[in-house]
Amino acid sequence: MFVLSEMKDVIRVTPDHFHQSLSESISTLLNRKLANKVVLNIGLCIALFDITHIGHSFIFPGDGSSHTEVKFRYIVFRPIVEEILIGKIRSCSRDGVHVTMGFFDDILIPVNALQHPSRFDEADQAWVWEYPKEDGEKHDLFMDSGESIRFRVTSEAFEEILPTGPPGSECTTQNTAPYRLIGSINEPGLGLLTWWEAPDQDEGQDDDDDDDGEENVE
Amino acid sequence: METVNPNSAFLSNFEVMQILQQLKDNTQKKHKREGSLATVTYETVRYLQDTECQHQSSDCIKKFLESVKSFNLTKLEKLMMVNTPPRTELEIQLIVQESEERLSEDEVKQIIGLVNEFFPQSSS
Repeated sequence: MFVLSEMKDVIRVTPDHFHQSLSESISTLLNRKLANKVVLNIGLCIALFDITHIGHSFIFPGDGSSHTEVKFRYIVFRPIVEEILIGKIRSCSRDGVHVTMGFFDDILIPVNALQHPSRFDEADQAWVWEYPKEDGEKHDLFMDSGESIRFRVTSEAFEEILPTGPPGSECTTQNTAPYRLIGSINEPGLGLLTWWEAPDQDEGQDDDDDDDGEENVE
Repeated sequence: METVNPNSAFLSNFEVMQILQQLKDNTQKKHKREGSLATVTYETVRYLQDTECQHQSSDCIKKFLESVKSFNLTKLEKLMMVNTPPRTELEIQLIVQESEERLSEDEVKQIIGLVNEFFPQSSS
């Protein structure tokens, strides 16, 4: 789920940081620059891990700041495709189920990747898994917002975001997410955590249920 | 800015939790909070607090990884087992690709046993 990314940058340390040590001001500036931001094809940056190399500092004519080349490692949220994650349902819509991790919101489980058969309940604004029972009836399993959900990451998409215009001017502010994840829950074991807590399996096999009996303790 | 290596190492949830908690304590001492860093650390820690890494320690993770060495699991599969410890056969099937061919029924039971031994489920 989290990885370390090695990066290289030239950091401009303005004179108001000169009272601090160089490494301290560099880490402050790196965190200010990257924390909570998506870097194209890297992922969502969380926090600085360490600085591996600090090069020489340069001063350019006409600029009182010092420019330092640094190599550093950053903690990045970048789930691997096929990874299993646990999130919370943010909302349901006709497009599918929107999932949030708390710090990352742009996760969608599209309609074709939900458990089969599922239907969208307009009244409750929630997806419902129509779980077939043995007697031919179906058991409705609602996917309400706020519930914990286990899903598999199936693909990721990065999008280059152009800078927006100055505040006030309504010049085509695009509202696309820079980094989106697509998930799926159409496998046994995936979906709301509560669906799979019961000891009996949906395959209908006669497993001995005693060894996973402890799981019901909640 | 340049990226040297986008994926130089994997971090487990537990490691991230530790680093962020440390960061939070440090910034609180200095009474200086950087907006976006504070937001993302707060939200990430809040997410991680609800996961199993809350009850883990570096010791038990090390011992667990040592003990599953014999099962020929990939690095990513082991990472997922630490982040979301599997407690049922179904969860192992999800984490391990083609688990039916690669693991015997006994081995699956052994892994569940090891998970329960090193990452005991909290009672709450």
